[in-house]
Amino acid sequence: MRARVWGCRGSVATPGSETVRYGGNTSCVEVGLASGHTLVLDAGTGLRALGTELDVDDGRELHLLLTHLHMDHLQGLGFFRPLYRPGLDVHIWGPASPIESLAERIALYLSPPLFPVRLNDIPASLTFHDAPEDEPVAIGSATVRAAKVKHQGPTVGYRIEENDRTVVYMPDHEPSLGVELRSQPPEWISGHDIAHRADVLFHDAQYREDEYESHIGWGHSCVEHAIDFAQKTEVDMIVLFHHDPYHTDEDLEPLLTAARDRWEGPGEQVCLAHEGMTITLDAEGVTRG
Amino acid sequence: MSAVSGAGPKSVALILARELAANLATPMFLMDDVGTLVYYNDAAERLIGKPFAELGEIASSDFGAVLQLSEPDGTPLRRRNTPAGVAFFQHRATHRELLATGYDGVRRHVQVTAYPLFGAANEMHGVVNVFWEGEELEGDAPEDEER
Repeated sequence: MRARVWGCRGSVATPGSETVRYGGNTSCVEVGLASGHTLVLDAGTGLRALGTELDVDDGRELHLLLTHLHMDHLQGLGFFRPLYRPGLDVHIWGPASPIESLAERIALYLSPPLFPVRLNDIPASLTFHDAPEDEPVAIGSATVRAAKVKHQGPTVGYRIEENDRTVVYMPDHEPSLGVELRSQPPEWISGHDIAHRADVLFHDAQYREDEYESHIGWGHSCVEHAIDFAQKTEVDMIVLFHHDPYHTDEDLEPLLTAARDRWEGPGEQVCLAHEGMTITLDAEGVTRG
Repeated sequence: MSAVSGAGPKSVALILARELAANLATPMFLMDDVGTLVYYNDAAERLIGKPFAELGEIASSDFGAVLQLSEPDGTPLRRRNTPAGVAFFQHRATHRELLATGYDGVRRHVQVTAYPLFGAANEMHGVVNVFWEGEELEGDAPEDEER
């Protein structure tokens, strides 16, 4: 299994000279499986570039796993070239809502006046699924499971397992809301069950600790809380994700230092996500590139 | 009565409800999707007479041993007829004025509101049970014949 980051910025795309190192595109991670299948985690603006490189000629279906439908996780969808391949089988997964179906909610964006092409006019063959919260689903050589997590509105995190290796993706998550994480019983921690003992955890780390104080309840974590969550869930590696749009490359580096200071383990187990980052998980272990 | 062993992961709806309860001065009890009492807040300890940390999670069948509810005339309530029972079994909110007797044996007038927590696709995550405390009554509670 190989994960590649195409976008790790939170909230809104931030192109420019101050975000070159870590990137300005919003959430999108490609996960390539041993079976040749591709899972795409979220459809932020990073999805556009992925669509230009993704090989969809092999006839395999494509799976797009959405954590939620905020614009920074959806905006790239209309610009994803594979959607304009007639007949290409694309499965879109997302959090269930008690009000509207996943397709109805996505159509709010993929329709005029917000977008010129209607969802119904997309040439690819789209199939919509509620994220697999009750039972895991097999996709190619992987098993995928989802769980609702604390954010604003219906939001899930995903756990992807293949050959005894596990990647967990929770780009928008505020598990510390109202609680002191380190003293909480595991069963009462949002997302603990699906993150537990993952090899790699992509997790929300939007704020500095002092910034978090004025953003409590916004649905995001500060770096310190992300580290506490990672320690509590006993993951082997945490990738700090969903960088604040106001944080420049220079701002992010001290966050990494603070995170490693708090982490009770080797510093290399904590890293900042950046566009182009790859993580390979195989029998040999986990390799970051 | 025994604590439930092997407490499993809780839904986000229950986690959020618990955090709300933990920050309220109003007694609040939470049941999960199988009826287990999974939490009560500090304010509810006054009614129970013991902290949640001491009792832990309690199976629904044992809840009557923790807090006995009866009609205002003292007639014990069947579990299904308590506000929490109505919310759990009939999937609807309800409000009653009742008598509550905890471990300390003190009977109190209470008003109880219970409502089910539904998520997507009408999946029930549990029940919220809120108590508004009234006056304490003098004298021992009547013998419990049916809980």
